Amino acid sequence: MRCVLQPEVLVSALPSVPLVTLDDVLQRHSHDPTRLLQILIDAQEIEGWLPAPSLTRIAAALHIPRARVEGVAGFYSFLYTRPVGRYRVLFSDNITDRMLGNAELLDALCRKLWIEPGKVSEDGLVSVTTTSCTGLCDQGPAMLVNGRAIGQLNHRRINEIAELIRQQRPLDLWPAEYFSIDDNIRRRDALLDLDMPPGAALTAAIARGRDGWLAEMQASNLRGRGGAGFATAVKWASARNAPGAQKVIVCNADEGEPGTFKDRVLLNSFADLVFEGMALAAWAVGASEGFLYLRGEYRYLRPQLEAVLASRRQAGLLGTSILGAPGFDFDIQIHLGAGAYVCGEETALLESLEGKRGTPRIRPPFPVIKGYLGRPTVVNNVETLAKTCLVALEGGEAFAATGTAQSAGTKLLSISGDCAAPGIYEYPFGVPIARILEDCGASDTQAVQVGGASGMCLASYEFQRRIAYEDVPTAGAFMIFDGTRDLFDVARAFVHFFAHESCGFCTPCRVGTALLKGFMDKLADGHGAKADLTDIDWLDRLLKNASHCGLGSAAPNPVIDTLQKFRPAYERRLVSLDFEPAFDLDAALAEARQLTARDDPGAHLKTHEEEEK
Amino acid sequence: MSPAPARKLRVATTSLAGCFGCHMSFLDIDEHLFELVELIEFDRSPLTDIKEVGPCDIGIIEGGVCNAENVHVLREFRRNCKTLIALGACAVNGGLPAQRNHLPLSECLREVYQFRPGIANGQIPNDPELPLPLDKVRPIHEVVRIDYFLPGCPPSGPAIWKFLTDLIAGRTPRLTGGLLHYD
Repeated sequence: MRCVLQPEVLVSALPSVPLVTLDDVLQRHSHDPTRLLQILIDAQEIEGWLPAPSLTRIAAALHIPRARVEGVAGFYSFLYTRPVGRYRVLFSDNITDRMLGNAELLDALCRKLWIEPGKVSEDGLVSVTTTSCTGLCDQGPAMLVNGRAIGQLNHRRINEIAELIRQQRPLDLWPAEYFSIDDNIRRRDALLDLDMPPGAALTAAIARGRDGWLAEMQASNLRGRGGAGFATAVKWASARNAPGAQKVIVCNADEGEPGTFKDRVLLNSFADLVFEGMALAAWAVGASEGFLYLRGEYRYLRPQLEAVLASRRQAGLLGTSILGAPGFDFDIQIHLGAGAYVCGEETALLESLEGKRGTPRIRPPFPVIKGYLGRPTVVNNVETLAKTCLVALEGGEAFAATGTAQSAGTKLLSISGDCAAPGIYEYPFGVPIARILEDCGASDTQAVQVGGASGMCLASYEFQRRIAYEDVPTAGAFMIFDGTRDLFDVARAFVHFFAHESCGFCTPCRVGTALLKGFMDKLADGHGAKADLTDIDWLDRLLKNASHCGLGSAAPNPVIDTLQKFRPAYERRLVSLDFEPAFDLDAALAEARQLTARDDPGAHLKTHEEEEK
Repeated sequence: MSPAPARKLRVATTSLAGCFGCHMSFLDIDEHLFELVELIEFDRSPLTDIKEVGPCDIGIIEGGVCNAENVHVLREFRRNCKTLIALGACAVNGGLPAQRNHLPLSECLREVYQFRPGIANGQIPNDPELPLPLDKVRPIHEVVRIDYFLPGCPPSGPAIWKFLTDLIAGRTPRLTGGLLHYD
């Protein structure tokens, strides 16, 4: 098998002659159009971006329309159809990065490199811009340089990085500590305490037989950890009973929700549990093919994940007749995402897995009936799959013994923001918010955003509420804001995030998120009016009720919550109790004044109507 | 149908940066005009030639905002009308006149007044009598608060009739099916 070139290899060589050719890439992916996204990701390594002739050649080689290739290339943030710098610096722009001063650091880096944010330097050396949350909120401010993550940025580090880029030092020769990403595990419970030899859970499940194993899963009451909380055993049983051979298990490692990073830690230090969970799912469902869909931001984890897969193959935990069980054939391949939050939605993820734009599908049919390439497909979250190992080892009833009535087991929380000890905390379900805040050393807490941008914003009077599907459900993000923070800025950051990540497929979301962003910016720019709050309410309802998928319907959540709980943060920004234009009317006449050399009273407009009367 | 209001509602209309097509479409309600004048009376409107708008129940605006005078008229309407309606594509979105928005204003004016074939020593008009153009054509809701939007280029006569009768009868206007279109 051909060696897959890592980005840093290419950068270190800064080659004038490419080390791989487009033909190599196409060959590697067997000219398979369902691998279009993977082909484009690899093809981009050749020149650092995707020139139009390459897209044309790919279309011809795969026998698909050029427009489809262009459509996919244009969809993903990390695919570039225009030149980018040989060093591509992307600052993570989650609210937690902003709170740690990422904007100032970005400006500083740009000044030192003599470039403008978002533009490529004239010599093509470097480009610097922002990207959505990179999942390093506990060690921010963070950036990605050619796909490799650097956390704990500060001015000293920025100075050094500017120097390294100016010297065109290959990434491999940058100080190794830049790239050391900490797990920051602060509280361990059942899962993170588990010390399981690879294969132990599978052995136990195989001993129970496929039916027995599914029965244990049913008894465990394990629910999906990705946020929706669907019963895992029900999903597995539906896929198992669905007509069609060649069932598929997909691990959703597209951890894009701002403020969430627990899947990164699981993949970094507990990858065996995750892959074992996929095999456990395959055993229950009767699947033979598995995919780990890894978000592009976590691409740097791929080599070590491939190594874990290789050692599992060697140990007979993947491949044919796994652990000697006849007919239990299952293997896993890793597919990369390329910077699209919407691909965390399971049907968008499947589209992306099939090499298309990540546009959510209409449900039903659900993926368990018609998923990847129309085959019955189970899509589970990283944490859910890891948890199935616990069920296999301890039995379903033991698993169901912890947690609350409707939320069995434990939950990993990704804690960031204003607290002394950000990181990963594992708690049994039912833990009150106040207890978590105490444990992580948060003081003067004004609000907590649970579940990420699309989740809930809780004010201090709600801190007795509990993490559980029946009270405060969460995929794991837990961002803390103390009394110095302005919750309007928080909501505005999330609104910008959704406007950027809207896939553009349905009008309510594409236009609605842009309009909402416009209103939030209008308030931020000092043009706010009471009428805007009414319009924001209307937009919130429209997004919630008319959007095609969860992205659009969740997009107004941060605004709805903060408008309800932190309304004065909005009201103090109003300059009119009625209406106020978003722009300066008199300034809109400036060009005409200049062209006509007029400055008479008729050549001016008062910004406020009252001044005119 | 709810009982008609005891007094006739006062209605004002105007066309800003529009083509009067929406007003023409208004006239397309044909014989309904007879019913309409039983329910309303016109204030400032191209139909009455009244120059200044007075206190009204309903104001109907055709066209977007392209110059300083449009701003003054629109504000006057807002001050005087309890309910203000954006009628047609240009009022709602800027419409055709807003096609100049992607060009610098200076280019537009120079092209028309200085560089057009057949023009010698042309100058951009600068008489204080003339309203100055804004740098961009704006939909009217970006300049004043608007209560209702009636899209279409133009909205059809039946759509306008349905909209007005709803409004006059006290129902929140709602266009469905073929009456609602944006072209």
